[in-house]
Amino acid sequence: MQEKEVIIIGGGAAGLAAAVACEQKGIKNVLIIERGNYLGGILQQCIHDGFGLEKFNTSLAGPEYAQRYIDQVKEKEIPFLLNSMVVSLTPQKEVTVINNNGYTHYQAKVIILAMGCRERTRGAIGIPGARPSGIYTAGVAQELINLKNYMVGEKIVVLGSGDIGLIMARRLSLEGAEVIMVAEKLPYSSGLPRNINQCLYDFDIPLLLSHTVVDIKGNGRLSEVTIAQLGKRGGIIPQGRRKIACDTLLLSVGLIPENELSREAGIVLDNITGGPQVDERGQTSIPGIFACGNVLQVHDIVDNVSLEAEYILEGVAEYLKGKLTKEQEINVELGEGLRYVVPQRLISRKDTIFSFRVNQPGRKKILLFEEGRRLIKKKSLRRVNPAEMVRIKLSSREVEGIKTLKVRLV
Amino acid sequence: MKAANNHYDIVIVGGGVVGCAIARELSKYKINIAVLEKEADVGWGISCRNSGVIHAGFNYKPGTLRAELCLEGNKSFAKLCQELDVPYKKIGKVVVAQKKEEIGGLKKLKSQGEKNRVEGLQIINSIELKKLEPNVKGIAALYSPKTAITSPYLLTIALAENALRNGVSFFLNTEVKNIAKLRNSNFKINTNKGKFTSSYVINSAGLYSDKVAHMVEKNKYRIHPCRGEYHILDKNVSWLINHLIYPVPQTGAGGLGVHLTPTIDGNILIGPSDKYIKRKDNLSITSSVMKMLSAEAREFSPLISPGYVIRSYSGIRAKQAPSSEGGYWDFVIEESDKISNFINLIGIESPGLTAAQPIAKRVVEIINIKERLNSNPNFNPFRKGILRFEEQDEKTKKALIKQNSDYGEIVCRCEKVTKKEILEAINNPLRARSLISIKYRTRAMMGRCQGGYCLPRIIEILRENFNLAPREITLKGNNSYLLVGYRSNKESESCKKKKLLSLAEGLLV
Repeated sequence: MQEKEVIIIGGGAAGLAAAVACEQKGIKNVLIIERGNYLGGILQQCIHDGFGLEKFNTSLAGPEYAQRYIDQVKEKEIPFLLNSMVVSLTPQKEVTVINNNGYTHYQAKVIILAMGCRERTRGAIGIPGARPSGIYTAGVAQELINLKNYMVGEKIVVLGSGDIGLIMARRLSLEGAEVIMVAEKLPYSSGLPRNINQCLYDFDIPLLLSHTVVDIKGNGRLSEVTIAQLGKRGGIIPQGRRKIACDTLLLSVGLIPENELSREAGIVLDNITGGPQVDERGQTSIPGIFACGNVLQVHDIVDNVSLEAEYILEGVAEYLKGKLTKEQEINVELGEGLRYVVPQRLISRKDTIFSFRVNQPGRKKILLFEEGRRLIKKKSLRRVNPAEMVRIKLSSREVEGIKTLKVRLV
Repeated sequence: MKAANNHYDIVIVGGGVVGCAIARELSKYKINIAVLEKEADVGWGISCRNSGVIHAGFNYKPGTLRAELCLEGNKSFAKLCQELDVPYKKIGKVVVAQKKEEIGGLKKLKSQGEKNRVEGLQIINSIELKKLEPNVKGIAALYSPKTAITSPYLLTIALAENALRNGVSFFLNTEVKNIAKLRNSNFKINTNKGKFTSSYVINSAGLYSDKVAHMVEKNKYRIHPCRGEYHILDKNVSWLINHLIYPVPQTGAGGLGVHLTPTIDGNILIGPSDKYIKRKDNLSITSSVMKMLSAEAREFSPLISPGYVIRSYSGIRAKQAPSSEGGYWDFVIEESDKISNFINLIGIESPGLTAAQPIAKRVVEIINIKERLNSNPNFNPFRKGILRFEEQDEKTKKALIKQNSDYGEIVCRCEKVTKKEILEAINNPLRARSLISIKYRTRAMMGRCQGGYCLPRIIEILRENFNLAPREITLKGNNSYLLVGYRSNKESESCKKKKLLSLAEGLLV
């Protein structure tokens, strides 16, 4: 059994930022464990730009953004394993890894979960119809095109307006495919407004809101999908059905935090975020196991993933020094208008960044933090959108001495 | 063994579980046998798309072939699976009554089962049911300890591989177009892959057995396709049930009712529905049935949520009973009375998987009476499957990686399938190389991410090993290509990029 101060599971955006932050905090004996054969994770297949605007004040491509961190990891000689799969994680923070060299057990003082997320599939959303080839999740298509240099199809329908779907609509258009449309089940897009403009409108790709795929045809390869319009209550409007000849259906219908290991370790998960329930330092229900990035909550932009990783490192450093103490634990209560809040509980009363997603799009909303009837903080939001995460900081002064905390949007 | 001029003593049309079982049974004798299968692998018709249940035999009318062969099959199944290295678990089954009116149905099943000599049947009350199945609602149940589960696709593959090893020739992607009886009393079989001749034809074409029979004898049989849809649940809820959970069957229904089936791999199946359809290849899933399945499953246990579904699919029953009549007709296993040496297997629906080997033995008897076959002294009943890394203990796992480092690369993260297993699967003896063939053999792509992580890697492994063009990689043979080509024609460019991106040298720690 090898002993480590900190083991970071996942060498993508969150894991790299956490590793670099460890170094900055003076934490030694850190190990990054990555299952792929390169560091950087999904960033490496995101060859479009727009990364780093917040963090580095410049627009980078995904691999460039990753490289900034990879360079630091190498320069600071932070150890990492590639092609190595963590197959088990225990509540005692023992980690078992399999790779070509064999089977290795580690004992860590701190675990940082940074496994990212995976895509929701056709099976999970139950699209009816035949089961031909030519149905891809957007991220798989992105990997095949950008990293493996294959072309997945020629006539494409995209279902779901998640950001990867929008980016792939543009990518496939640039590669000469015909992207017929993007259909979105909801009456609003689940992608960022800038992506709708830059990826769809600039390429004359129509976005059909309140539309979904209700049938799939094709014996070998996909040959046709049927698109239907949905009514206000989500029912199919019969007149709104139309058949579209195509050879590829790309799905961009949601991301699910990858918490198989967390579940196995017995970490309590949040039903809405799909990630662990954490305190204000990103610590899960098991002391010394922390989470950051998309494994905790799906982020819109990678900059926030990096910032979150740096933010939770405060807690990691405190924990290692034995200073992350529980003063008084309170649950953060979720009120109207919000889908979720992270963190779900507070154990001390320090500066805390809260992340939210709203239930539906709206204008001129006010976010309220309250202790019973006492207003702690309010923040006006000109426009809110479920696609855009809201991040707000409460200072230690604002949360000092509170016994309850409720957040709501009015 | 390949015969001269494509002449075989026996040609088996259809490589489903029954066709493959017949091939294996016949390979115990000194004869030349060929199996012609229209799909890119064995078992893709009916055999891979059912609940994988080894029935005990209480559902069938006493005195029928279905009852007799099911009983026989149930008794010998463990041994068959042991010989062929196929998973088998005798987990038992409960038929659950939800209402008082259904208790009569349980008693009827029990006495029918006893007439069929099914052992161990017991009617249990709600308290005993709760002990067996804490999460299932019901007021009483029929408990059948002899009901078991297997992997229907691994069994079909194993039968085929063992038959192949014992000298049977398999022709995949080979669809029979027509059959003629020649003057020398041989059969001439025309296929999309050329002509075959044989002394015997065994029609085990499943859904298309009526069509194949029709090639030599007009309109003798008719097969009505009856589709059953299933949901597959995530492995992380396998704790929900311990046994097969069935409803009390309704008379005249095309199936046994929507049931819950623990699979050999730890998933739970919900289904199948039963709906007569027009086209035999219509394997679509429908939103109304998907909703119905979720609702019916909740009748058994309110804990089952639609959110647990990782995939839905359908299979098709080959029914002789038309929709107007419903229910079941008995299996037909007979030599045509007009065309000698032409043996028909018609309407082999449930319990066809359980009965596959007894059916095969009946077919051999029919031939043996006429031919007095000489036994094959080299027949080897044993076959080894692909070793599943994930199922080994830690010590074995360590030894395996030391032996072959490909065991140290986990390709499919959900099912923890290693590169070694993928390599064995793509080099399978039947030479089936589609993604579905790899999936059935290894479970790669069967987990909750449905191939999101491993698909690109599997494509790469396939290409590294067989030098395939992108378009030659298929989901399930024929026209089911996955890629339309390269992104640009300059492959060298991509290699350059790959190099830039890959940071292959990990620091040693």
